[in-house]
Amino acid sequence: MAVLVEADRLRKSFGPILAVEDISLKVEKGEVLGFLGPNGAGKSTTMKMLTGFLEPDAGRARICGISVADRPKEAKSKLGYLPEGAPAYGDMTARSFLNFIAEIRGFDGANKFAHVDIALARTGLESVATQRIETLSKGYKRRVGLAQAILHNPEVLIMDEPTDGLDPNQKHHVRELITEMAKDKAIIVSTHILEEVEAVCTRAVVIDRGRIVADGTAEALQRRMPYHNAVAIQIAASEADRVAAALAVLTGVATVERVAAANGHIRLRALPKPGASIAADVGALLRDQSIAVEELIVERGKLDDVFREITTSNEDARHA
Amino acid sequence: MRNIWIITKRELGAYFGTPLAYVFAVIFVALTGAFAFFIGNFFERGQADLQPFFNYHPWLYLLLVPAIAMRLWAEERKSGTIELLMTLPISTSEAIIGKFLAAWIFIGIALALTFPMWITVNILGKPDNGVILASYIGSFLMAGAFLAIGSCISALTKNQVIAFIVAATICFLMVMSGLELVLGFFRGWAPSFIVDAVASMSFLNHFELISRGVITLPSLFFYFSIIALFLFANVIVVEQRKAA
Repeated sequence: MAVLVEADRLRKSFGPILAVEDISLKVEKGEVLGFLGPNGAGKSTTMKMLTGFLEPDAGRARICGISVADRPKEAKSKLGYLPEGAPAYGDMTARSFLNFIAEIRGFDGANKFAHVDIALARTGLESVATQRIETLSKGYKRRVGLAQAILHNPEVLIMDEPTDGLDPNQKHHVRELITEMAKDKAIIVSTHILEEVEAVCTRAVVIDRGRIVADGTAEALQRRMPYHNAVAIQIAASEADRVAAALAVLTGVATVERVAAANGHIRLRALPKPGASIAADVGALLRDQSIAVEELIVERGKLDDVFREITTSNEDARHA
Repeated sequence: MRNIWIITKRELGAYFGTPLAYVFAVIFVALTGAFAFFIGNFFERGQADLQPFFNYHPWLYLLLVPAIAMRLWAEERKSGTIELLMTLPISTSEAIIGKFLAAWIFIGIALALTFPMWITVNILGKPDNGVILASYIGSFLMAGAFLAIGSCISALTKNQVIAFIVAATICFLMVMSGLELVLGFFRGWAPSFIVDAVASMSFLNHFELISRGVITLPSLFFYFSIIALFLFANVIVVEQRKAA
């Protein structure tokens, strides 16, 4: 597969603050890369370097194999970029703003209007096309930014927090749009909403303090969690000790935790040994001993937990 | 060239899409007229020329041009649209020249709207219209030089008030550099060629020459090189911000 975005040891500091320490990554055609990290981790700075808005102190960014530093115009023409907060010229109408972008992107005459119409339609902006952008709601403003980024059907799409501040319907719409465009583009989406990564991204990169601390599919990240494939059951409190003892002797089970008790019920969680799948064993055990189970859940390990673990454990390591 | 024109077109649209253009044009025309009639004694002089009208242009520009220029880059930076603009497939100099040209054309339009002055003086007497044309050209060039300075300063800050004050101060010094106020400061210690050099930087001296109808190559060269110099500095400032 063709590598469309390439960051090669990017580094950037602002005065004494080291924003991006060392980031290398490759994004191939068809990939949607989720760029995760706490605020101030260097997500936006990395994106600004990839899009040529900032010059890296060291390292190189390439878009479709074209060096952003050496041939900026060419690289930028292959790129659609939605900056954080979706800035746009507020005194223009959505349509005239997109006309301007289309002209700069090199479209003329009928071709220009066709591209603008398609962009307006894809982002659902037709009804507000003649309104000034500054009078639009946050969601519509975001869509104007999105329309601007996809107008020339770029091979590479870089979006800085595209769903930030949108309502659930709008978020859903933006995610649909991303998924729809994914197959013939390389897309980078920064976010700190983890459900978004699960929803749209084929791959997630977690960065913290200007370094990549994890890189893999959302699934692979989840696997890093101890709770991944853990089985939680809810039973009557009186049975707790017996069941806990029985679970503990199962071959795949590492430990059994008591999670919470309420209304005479208790929740137990059996954590598997690494790589083991214990759901079937637990199920069989419960059947054999004829224990009444209120609820049985196989946990996936929340991405939130992964995120917290990765980014805070590093913090501890640094302070140590 | 195509990109420059697209930027210029958008910027011009932005001027006329907001009250800015109308407020500026009305104030400019009203003030130039008021100065000519009330302070320049347009009627009392009894001469059919526009001297009293053009004499006050440098002082008006001092106030009004930095007001136009301050928003050129400071506003883009403040609103974040600079990130959009600079990630479009255009070069920094195209963006700078495009924005500069739009502002210059806009001031040109405001200047052209003072044509009733020209009609008035032609009704009242027989002025030398060649001199008047030369004065208009001189005034327009001077506005361009002010604007280039203001544009460059505007790129240094995201605060428009700072941009305005700094640009107005620099323009003020450039205007005054032919006068004793500034020259006296240098005369005490600097060799005479430096004093002469400072004096030759004066907007006022060049403008006076032109507005007497003498369009000389050095004066044209002076204004165009000021514009080129500050726009070049402008490119460096914007590029520098990328690396900072």
